[in-house]
Amino acid sequence: MIKTLLSGDLPRSRLLSGLLVLILATLAAAPLLFPGAQAINTAAKICVFVVLVASYDLLLGYTGIVSFAHTMFYGLGGYGVGLALYSWGPTWASALAGLTIALFAGLALAFLIGLFSLRVRAIFFAMVTLAVASAFAILAAQLSSFTGGEDGRSFRIPELLRADALIELPFVGPITGRTITYYVVFLSALASFLGALRIVNSPFGRVLQAIRENDFRAEALGYRTIFYRTSANCLAAGMAVFAGALNSLWFRYTGPDTTLSFAIMLDILLMVVIGGMGTMYGAVIGATLFIVAQNYLQKLMGAAAKSTEALPLLPHLLHPDRWLLWLGVLFVLSVYFFPTGIVGKLRQG
Amino acid sequence: MADALLTLEGVHTHIGQYHILQGVDFAVPRGAMTVLLGRNGAGKSTTLRTIMGLWKPSRGKITFEGREIGGWATPDIARAGIGYVPETMGVFADLTVRENMILAARAGAPDAARLEWIFGFFPALKRFWTHPAGVLSGGQKQMLSIARAIIEPRPLILIDEPTKGIAPAIIDNMISAFDELKRGATTLLLVEQNFRFAEALGDHAVVMDDGRIVHRETMAALAADTATQTRLLGLSLEAHG
Repeated sequence: MIKTLLSGDLPRSRLLSGLLVLILATLAAAPLLFPGAQAINTAAKICVFVVLVASYDLLLGYTGIVSFAHTMFYGLGGYGVGLALYSWGPTWASALAGLTIALFAGLALAFLIGLFSLRVRAIFFAMVTLAVASAFAILAAQLSSFTGGEDGRSFRIPELLRADALIELPFVGPITGRTITYYVVFLSALASFLGALRIVNSPFGRVLQAIRENDFRAEALGYRTIFYRTSANCLAAGMAVFAGALNSLWFRYTGPDTTLSFAIMLDILLMVVIGGMGTMYGAVIGATLFIVAQNYLQKLMGAAAKSTEALPLLPHLLHPDRWLLWLGVLFVLSVYFFPTGIVGKLRQG
Repeated sequence: MADALLTLEGVHTHIGQYHILQGVDFAVPRGAMTVLLGRNGAGKSTTLRTIMGLWKPSRGKITFEGREIGGWATPDIARAGIGYVPETMGVFADLTVRENMILAARAGAPDAARLEWIFGFFPALKRFWTHPAGVLSGGQKQMLSIARAIIEPRPLILIDEPTKGIAPAIIDNMISAFDELKRGATTLLLVEQNFRFAEALGDHAVVMDDGRIVHRETMAALAADTATQTRLLGLSLEAHG
């Protein structure tokens, strides 16, 4: 049963299995375990980023394509659902219509970028995606009457999902709309991740890995690499659009800083590398570690700075404002000691 | 040639500013093994890569089973029925032996009887079936590369220096495998520096020098002609005996 769910791709390490079970159980029980808003927001963000990072791993880790347009697709999903709910009212139909439009737009853009650019060398493809993503971010900021510009848009979500909604479930009791929204995000993320595992472990996924290793060899076996690369580009874009839609639904806000920013693109890249490229499970580990560090490292450093205030220099180094510096140091150390990522290292034993 | 499966007529190939193939003409008879011989840098591997479409011919005609394939995309040439074993072995190191074989079986799941037939020649592949191809030795990678090309019956197989750096015991197994393929009516075009290996299997010999075909005759005749071997290849069977 578990083997079938994981498409035969088991974690292949006891420690990794334990970590994954712990993360899954914590995320599944998050609304019961953590009553505070920050903790539940962190859990929801992890769910969203697992989908986003897994989709980027499909592109980078499994197909060997470096793209900087992933946040553009993430933003498309966020803006699609957000603007639909803002303009057409907080109904399920609006949300679904927004998601459908964003998916079509994302797939069409990914197809065009893939078709025109994947024939060129990797570096030129990366440059093209960077240019398209920058143009999209500028467009989203400039069309302020439609997108809300730099401020973005806040919107209402369907009634069932609102924080003040309360419904009675048999055997469970009353639960809030916020909890329902969390489980919509959690279960959607879980289904998307299992879907991504199925893709990379299918014959299609094997061809992607062959192309990553050597596209000429794959062509000599009769595989049209442009078709497979474009398909991978479209699949990854579709997943990123979906992640953006989930993010929008959870935060009830969409804006350039939360979806289209280049800083998010760098975060995704770091999460894939730290977790382990081409492993899929790396997306879970990378996203969890990074987002927990992003949300709690500052607090931890604040406490450490306070406890060492009698010492020279140390409190300054541990000041919460230096959290990005320490995150950078952690990244350099993890790449140095775990070049195959945490998952790769754990699988090696 | 009346019953040629593949013909090259006046084929030129440029790689960047270099003019590598300068009007290559030869035919590969159906159901036999043709051996492409020549010194290093003569253009043998480029000829195979040009047939596979990995380099585009700048001039000339390549005909396979009556169809002009010069300029076709590589996947279309492979799908037309040409298998290719590159000089660099070309296995996918991160995929298992099994996955490498499944990738090469384009018509569906590999045929169990044919797999057993292949394991008969290359038993190491069965032993390492679920291991990543990257952990195989050089000889085992070469076995896998050849096994991938023969996992399905293909009218023509191009093989680039299969014996390079390979242990004699494995070479004997390769000879047996290629011999059986020939008997099964598969046509083989082999680039080879090991003259003993070429002589054991080859029916026809084509010698290249400086991007052109400089000599054609039967393998048996070339093997018996020490003077020609020395003149064209810089070797003789006696010297290598």
